[in-house]
Amino acid sequence: MYSKFVLAVSAALLTLVGAAQAQEAVEIGVVVELSGAGAPAGTNWRDGIRIAVEEINAEGGILGKPVKVTEYDTQTDPQISRALVQKAIDGRAYAIWGTIYSGSTLVNMLVAQQNSVPQFVGSEAPTIVEKGNPFVFRTSSGAQKGVPALVPYFKDTLKAKKVGVAWVNNEFGRGGRNVFIAEMKKAGIEVVADVPSEQAQTDYASDVSKLKQSGADAVFVYMNQEESARFLIEAKKQDLSMPLVGEVTLTEAKVIELAGPAAEGAIAHVGITATADQVEGIAAFREKFVKTFKRVPTHDAIKGYIGAWTTKYVTELVGKFDGEAFSEKMHGLCLPATKYPRILLDTCWDNRGEMSRPSFMVQVRNGSPVVIGTVPAN
Amino acid sequence: MSQFLQILLSGLATGSIYALVAIGFALVWQAAQTINFAQGEFVMLPAFLVLVGLNYFDLPLWGALLFGLGMSILILGAAFKKLVVEPILPHGGITLVIATIALGILIRESVKEFYSAEGQPYPSVLPSDPINIFGAVVSLQDILNLVLSLGIVVLLTLFLNRTRTGRCMQATAQNPAVAEILGVDVKRMVLYTFLINAALAALASFLITPVYLAKFSNGETLGLIAFIAAIVGGFNQIRGALVGGLLIGVLDNLVATYITAEYRAALPLILLILIILVRPQGILGTPEGRAV
Repeated sequence: MYSKFVLAVSAALLTLVGAAQAQEAVEIGVVVELSGAGAPAGTNWRDGIRIAVEEINAEGGILGKPVKVTEYDTQTDPQISRALVQKAIDGRAYAIWGTIYSGSTLVNMLVAQQNSVPQFVGSEAPTIVEKGNPFVFRTSSGAQKGVPALVPYFKDTLKAKKVGVAWVNNEFGRGGRNVFIAEMKKAGIEVVADVPSEQAQTDYASDVSKLKQSGADAVFVYMNQEESARFLIEAKKQDLSMPLVGEVTLTEAKVIELAGPAAEGAIAHVGITATADQVEGIAAFREKFVKTFKRVPTHDAIKGYIGAWTTKYVTELVGKFDGEAFSEKMHGLCLPATKYPRILLDTCWDNRGEMSRPSFMVQVRNGSPVVIGTVPAN
Repeated sequence: MSQFLQILLSGLATGSIYALVAIGFALVWQAAQTINFAQGEFVMLPAFLVLVGLNYFDLPLWGALLFGLGMSILILGAAFKKLVVEPILPHGGITLVIATIALGILIRESVKEFYSAEGQPYPSVLPSDPINIFGAVVSLQDILNLVLSLGIVVLLTLFLNRTRTGRCMQATAQNPAVAEILGVDVKRMVLYTFLINAALAALASFLITPVYLAKFSNGETLGLIAFIAAIVGGFNQIRGALVGGLLIGVLDNLVATYITAEYRAALPLILLILIILVRPQGILGTPEGRAV
């Protein structure tokens, strides 16, 4: 009688433990710029993730386990970001979502790599996928893919013979500037002004003045959000009349909000934009984001959202929580939006973690970014 | 020529705003024999007070500016003197210096918590359209910034030199004990100095924030550059602070345009070292004088 009782209690305990394990949450570390110069990008990334996690958990989590996210603020400091990636991994994070600033990602991605932890980043510097790190994956194309998409616009639409480039002197800006100059050379367009500025620079009078005097037909602006806004304000002050064309950030909602009327007419190639509401998934995301956060999402919010959903889709394709198997599956993977709707657009990753998908040309008109063309995936 | 004119004008406009902040350093030095290392935050905060007026109280721009100015004078002038300077000054100047550093951090972090770490759009009180002068297109906003800042400095100088209250403030700055014997209400004069400093900081804030954008960290750069401007020009002279501010503003733009943009941030520091080596009292400063 006694042995039967012990057996029954043991069986009940085992069932309970099994049930508890099934419900054990999947830890994810969101390591991102929530303060400092990267805060506008970082807060959007985080908020996009918050929406994704809510949806994922509402749909049963990942492999039946709810997703639990811990947010870490890097303060836009590469060394802090490295320590926080380590902290997240020590807290048993299955994946890392972040960072956005390339200078930080280049430092912290080594920690994730050493621990075989997949990492989705919002960074766009070309060097990130050139380091042979099999665990790092982009959520938007790098500058070496995005910037070349601008060449036809400079060459055929603007018919520019001479261009200027204004860029922020950090890993992100330097990468984009180098690709742009190489592409212009290939296209036979002369770069007549090469104007670097510092991160968090406030006074752009001399930068704009140099571009104005250069005789350029158009200017390529490659800076982070607040710097882009300050540049546009100064460009309006000095009546810089040539077209200002950027990659991604120049026409972002935050830049338009900060620069106000000075952003009018700015053009950019964007990997993804909340204004592309002809795409059903993007329109739905935008609506949910605006309802939740009372503001329009930037491309960083969509990138964070896509990173979170890709983690779910790919883990379920693998069938287990295994960083190495996840990484192997990601390389050369294509996720069609028809089958994986929360990926928003057909998206592929190559064997370096670089991604490609269709993209858009956008111009600021009447205070809002408007899609003026689409660019096929390259 | 057009480029030089624009660069010179932009430099003078920015420099004149640095000068307003630098004058604040000189005033507080005269009144309390201390350096207010929260001066940069004193310039950052009024812009956010204006945003509070606009966004939380739905005031029109002019109303929000008046609200910002009034609150700045109250918080950064009267409350700063009463709650920070008066209780700490008897413990020594260095204690007060440390207290102002702490105050700067407190203001910065409070704004960050209350208004987020992101930059905020800030309405310009002046028109930003460019104008044409002798064939050169220059910024009207820069011209008006320069005119307004210099106008404020001229008015302040006239107030200090031509009015009874201004002369009493100067007497208090030069020798408080003798001034008191002569019947000057020293405490009131010191209070006036702090109120003027707060008003100058608010005006500098209203002029520079449309270009810098409203951000919690704005005070770090502004405070440092204005501090250097005050030393370069002469810490104990208002006209010294004016010259220091204009000099740094113009040199910064000229160096960035014609020599190197990479090392522009180092320029004020290089200037500071040169002045300390060659003329420690500053360009217009006097070795022992303490006249405002």
